[in-house]
Amino acid sequence: MISCNNISKKYKKVQALSDISFEVKPGEIFGLIGPDGAGKTTLFRILTTLILADEGVAAVNGLDVVKDYKLIRERVGYMPGRFSLYQDLSVEENLNFFATVFNTTVEENYALVRDIYQQIEPFKTRKAGKLSGGMKQKLALSCALIHKPTVLFLDEPTTGVDPVSRKEFWGMLKKLQQQGITILVSTPYMDEASLCDRIALIQKGRLLTIDSPGKIADSFKKTLLSVSSENMSMLLTDLRAIPEVESCYAFGDSHHITLKNRTSEYKQEHSDSRRKMADDITVIINNLKVNLEAKNHINVIIKEIKPGIEDCFMELSKNNM
Amino acid sequence: MHPEKPIEMKQFISFVRKEFHHIFRDRTTMAILLILPVLMLLLFGYAINTEVKNSKIAVYDPSNDTYTRAIIEKMQASEYFSVVKMLKNEQEMSEQFKSGEVKMVIAFSENFHENLLHTGDAQIALIADATDPNSAKSVVNYATAIIAGYQLESQQLQQIPFQIDTQIKLLYNPQMKGAYNFVPGVMGMILMLICAMMTSISIAREKEMGTMEVLLVSPVKPAMLIIAKTIPYFFISLINLTTILLISVFILGVPVAGSLFWLLALSLVYIFVNLSLGLVISSVVNNQQTALLISGMVLMLPVIMLSGMMFPIENMPVFFQWISQLIPAKWYIIGVKQIMIKGLGFSAIMPQLAVLSGMAVLLIAISIKKFKYRLE
Repeated sequence: MISCNNISKKYKKVQALSDISFEVKPGEIFGLIGPDGAGKTTLFRILTTLILADEGVAAVNGLDVVKDYKLIRERVGYMPGRFSLYQDLSVEENLNFFATVFNTTVEENYALVRDIYQQIEPFKTRKAGKLSGGMKQKLALSCALIHKPTVLFLDEPTTGVDPVSRKEFWGMLKKLQQQGITILVSTPYMDEASLCDRIALIQKGRLLTIDSPGKIADSFKKTLLSVSSENMSMLLTDLRAIPEVESCYAFGDSHHITLKNRTSEYKQEHSDSRRKMADDITVIINNLKVNLEAKNHINVIIKEIKPGIEDCFMELSKNNM
Repeated sequence: MHPEKPIEMKQFISFVRKEFHHIFRDRTTMAILLILPVLMLLLFGYAINTEVKNSKIAVYDPSNDTYTRAIIEKMQASEYFSVVKMLKNEQEMSEQFKSGEVKMVIAFSENFHENLLHTGDAQIALIADATDPNSAKSVVNYATAIIAGYQLESQQLQQIPFQIDTQIKLLYNPQMKGAYNFVPGVMGMILMLICAMMTSISIAREKEMGTMEVLLVSPVKPAMLIIAKTIPYFFISLINLTTILLISVFILGVPVAGSLFWLLALSLVYIFVNLSLGLVISSVVNNQQTALLISGMVLMLPVIMLSGMMFPIENMPVFFQWISQLIPAKWYIIGVKQIMIKGLGFSAIMPQLAVLSGMAVLLIAISIKKFKYRLE
């Protein structure tokens, strides 16, 4: 549905994208996950025919983004990262306007947007600029959907939206997927990655990996420990000073660390070696705890944890410096 | 009505309606757009008055005879002057000017009447404060005219058979009313301001707010998008044109001497020129502030300085005279003067009409060609 081959794009001095290639299958929710400035918006703009790539070819719906830009513009739905509707028009006026822009009427495709639009319908006479963040997103999504696009491009649709609305929003995307719409969505929130069918991790204009969220998590081969204590900022410095600690990142309420020269072989068949492994880890955790308590840390809690997408991202991005 | 309007027509109407919403909902801007022309006209009409009325003058009259008193009375009686002080000696004269109280001092020579009768050589000195050269010049002119008029009158009374008389006649604007000059100028300025500035700002706003991004990723044709942008400002400038003409005819007393039809035709062409100028500007700027600066500095300044509105083009260095040829307002202002003030017909504004039409076609072509259907 969407294909990208060796796309590169450079702004004056910054290499925004280098050699990006990926494929989005029909009916898929494909997530582009990466921090701010990774190049997500640039990639979206190339795919929505808004800017031209320096190198490489891309196609949407089998149509070339450069040659067939007019046809693509008729068929895709695009929701830019910034709220881009008319703030001085009401909810209803915005929707009606965008329906005419796409040569359709609200009535014609009401079925598609009904679930989403119904939630903001009570406020249909309110000016779009006066809506809350979550409602703005719903309106923007309704407007992007009103012409029944085959592909939906959503550039950071959940940025600046409260957690409840974010969850609702992903629920809506799942429903749209069931109607056969292919969705390319970008987000800086790693926790949203698991809601996509497949994801691409992007950093500094390079794709780190492309796979399903589960497989990416499985590919993390190292032992991952979460460590917490009373003084988290001290803890971060102290952990990084320990020679055996390979990497250490702050993750909300705990620090995630990996250790040098160790890989956790989850899939190992031999039960003996698995047990040996487990014993090993217990020893390491105890040593670490003693070490930290010696440095006056109180309430030290160390657990072995399963890696998440963010851990994978951190690990992969080390190789992309 | 046909039930199924063509899609493009429907899109267009919906676009135009949206533009009107933007304008009507922004009350402040709306008010400024409608009141600005009125304010400007009244400001030019009353506050910035280059006409000389009730100028304060002082008189130094050492001879104090019937003749000098008669002249002073004439001055006093005219609407141009009011004598505020009789000076006792010549020293007082410079004091008067220093204090800035009077615009001009009329000084008679001694034994004025006697000298006039016997030697025919009596002198009046008109000493004017030329810090404002324009008004000094007019004050002196008026005074000279009054004195000459009195001379003529008295000579006729004394039955002197032969008299050479130099007369200055002011064509078209006999009272030298400032309004005759600035009404066309204000028309040129207001229409440009509203059309070029507002159109460029309103397109720049779409770019700034990100709505342009959404519109680009849609089947909308660029030409339709930008033409729809201009429609509301076209209507607003028509309203402004009407207000300006009503005020100038009924309040400032500047009549439309020539054909109203051709005046409107010329104005329409001029409006198109400025709308397309606004579109061209919007194709090179990405935010409202730059649009405002460009249309403010790059358009307003030359219009004020070089269009002949403030300063006569003939007095400019040749280089600027050439530049003034490129300014639409210059052609428009000349055309308006031809029709409104001189009362001339179509043949008199043909060159202006032709130049402005050419500019309109060229600018519209550029703006459609330059429209960016991508973001960069």
